[in-house]
Amino acid sequence: MRFELQMALRFLKEGRMQTALILAGISTGVGVIIFLSALIGGLQESIIDRTLGTQAHVTLRPPEEEARPQLDRSGETILEHIQRPAQRLRSILGWPQLLADLRRRPEVTAASPTVAGSAFALRGTANRSVALRGVDPDSYSGILDLRTKLTDGTLDVTGTHIIVGVELAKELGLSVGDTLRLTAPEERSEVFTISGIFDVGNKDLNLRWVYISLREGQTLMNLSGGVSTVEVKVRDIFSAEKEAQEIHAATGLKADSWMILNSELLIGLRGQSSSSVMIQFFVIVAVMLGIASVLVVSVIQRGRQIGILRAFGTRRGQVLRIFLLQGGILGLVGSLGGIVLGTVLALFFQNLVSNQDGTPIFPVALTAALYARSLLVALITGLVGAWLPARRAANLDPAVAIRYE
Amino acid sequence: MNECSAVIQLHQVRKSYPGAVSSEVLHGIDIRIDQGEFVALVGPSGSGKSTLLNILGLLDRPSSGSVEILGRECTEMDDAGLTTLRGHSLGFVFQFHHLLPSFSAEENVFLPMLADAGHFKPEMRTRARDLLARIGLDGFETGPASQLSGGQQQRVAIARALVMNPALVLADEPTGNLDRASGQQVFEFMRRFNRELGTAFLLVTHDPALAARCDRILTLEDGSLVTQE
Ligand SMILES: Nc1ncnc2c1ncn2[C@@H]1O[C@H](COP(=O)(O)OP(=O)(O)OP(=O)(O)O)[C@@H](O)[C@H]1O
Ligand SMILES: [Mg+2]
Repeated sequence: MRFELQMALRFLKEGRMQTALILAGISTGVGVIIFLSALIGGLQESIIDRTLGTQAHVTLRPPEEEARPQLDRSGETILEHIQRPAQRLRSILGWPQLLADLRRRPEVTAASPTVAGSAFALRGTANRSVALRGVDPDSYSGILDLRTKLTDGTLDVTGTHIIVGVELAKELGLSVGDTLRLTAPEERSEVFTISGIFDVGNKDLNLRWVYISLREGQTLMNLSGGVSTVEVKVRDIFSAEKEAQEIHAATGLKADSWMILNSELLIGLRGQSSSSVMIQFFVIVAVMLGIASVLVVSVIQRGRQIGILRAFGTRRGQVLRIFLLQGGILGLVGSLGGIVLGTVLALFFQNLVSNQDGTPIFPVALTAALYARSLLVALITGLVGAWLPARRAANLDPAVAIRYE
Repeated sequence: MNECSAVIQLHQVRKSYPGAVSSEVLHGIDIRIDQGEFVALVGPSGSGKSTLLNILGLLDRPSSGSVEILGRECTEMDDAGLTTLRGHSLGFVFQFHHLLPSFSAEENVFLPMLADAGHFKPEMRTRARDLLARIGLDGFETGPASQLSGGQQQRVAIARALVMNPALVLADEPTGNLDRASGQQVFEFMRRFNRELGTAFLLVTHDPALAARCDRILTLEDGSLVTQE
């Protein structure tokens, strides 16, 4: 093999200009792949992060409970027909056992009971409609870590302590220690004390969400001892829908995954991914054709040399490997250049457009896996591109090759 | 019985190239070259000398007839078998030296050993340097082959043909592209290696003076051997 490697390197060195140009071509191709993947990967990651930052992966509700889009589970289309039964809030039966069962599922990382409903927040003469979220702070931290979202005060949602979003605080002129009256349907009402103010990065939610204790939520919503939803987080976010279906099948509960609730977003992301894959595919094909054409020319130019090598006992397989190796080496070396190029491009682009606080608008995802994949793809591309020229070289008739100039 | 001393034997070798008009280039050639012989092959242009040499060198197959090298029948061998036999038993010198330009003189010489073994061994260099010294090229071992003169390059090619210690070297007009003095020198070296190493040579030449100095002259005319002294 060392003989073949030596010959391959020598041939590449001999064809200086051709080698340099095709390496530049491969580097450009791989650079585009790295740049595109890093950009789209980073973009999707941040979109999903933002989407899932305030959402459970799977939300469980009692069967036939509230207005929700009807889904065609076999396909991915959402039927536009929406039911709106005017039912009162119902509880999930046997939810403590359900929680225990859920936590035993290997894919589930957190499960938390919540009571969700709407209410009015009154402060002096001002009032606002808000979404109450009665939570158990300990288990809820696995769904959304409110501690990291606090801008003021402490995370205290026990008793009559509540936390509100920054927008609502601004709107009603609230600060930590102030009191706020919450009035739920059927005139159930209570006065609460603000213990903290949060910012979950979403203006609408910062205005509407009010976190109270599970017990107070149950009281206000007239759901004594019950919970209206159980929120679940899973290990692999893209397994959420599968998990939701399994939980639904096992419990009969309505189980909505973030993937269904955000199916349009997902369709968009998927479209983005597939067009990126498409572009990468054509770049790879172009690179492969480039390698093939350079090596075909090399085989033609070196016909006599190959004939001589064959005359002196070089076997067909050796000739084949000499040219395959050239393709492989071109792919590998070119992809190293491409990794440098793609990384520089991606980082440059990331720095080019940034938010006012300096954080990038388009964070790029430059991962070791991306680099490894690019190297592997380039290596395979080189070998495949070299295949036909190598076959041609190996099958060269030495008598003919030596006879003609 | 002197069968055992034959390096190569051809029996009724015919060669025709496929084409619309069936064109037979060689018409039933019988040749036998013994170990240590130094044989000239002469004949007009187009008489089939190179074709015959390719068949003798296992670079081409006869259309019919048999080729036997060191007592081994080659007609039925596959390409891998022919390649190995060729690499171990035969050497080639061509009209154009056909050195690999980006390799040094000594690398060109030990290339057949490298291809055979698959990887470099220091004794390959030793062997190449020894041969180059014997052919009057000491001092040129590590320089690029492409910077040598025509005669020097042809001498490197002779060293390369001998590096595997073949039983027979086939030389197709090795002096055809050289001036008289260089050609003379190349011929002298081949004769000397023939004497010193006992390697058989078959030499195609258009130079009657050189042919006259060989042990034996084969004359090919229109695809048939006309004299066999
Ligand atoms: N690959 C081929 N296909 C068809 N015809 C061929 C082929 N090779 C050689 N010939 C023909 O075979 C005949 C003999 O050619 P060859 O090269 O053996 O002659 P030669 O004696 O070596 O001539 P020269 O002295 O010019 O080298 C020629 O008529 C040539 O045209
Ligand atoms: Mg000829």
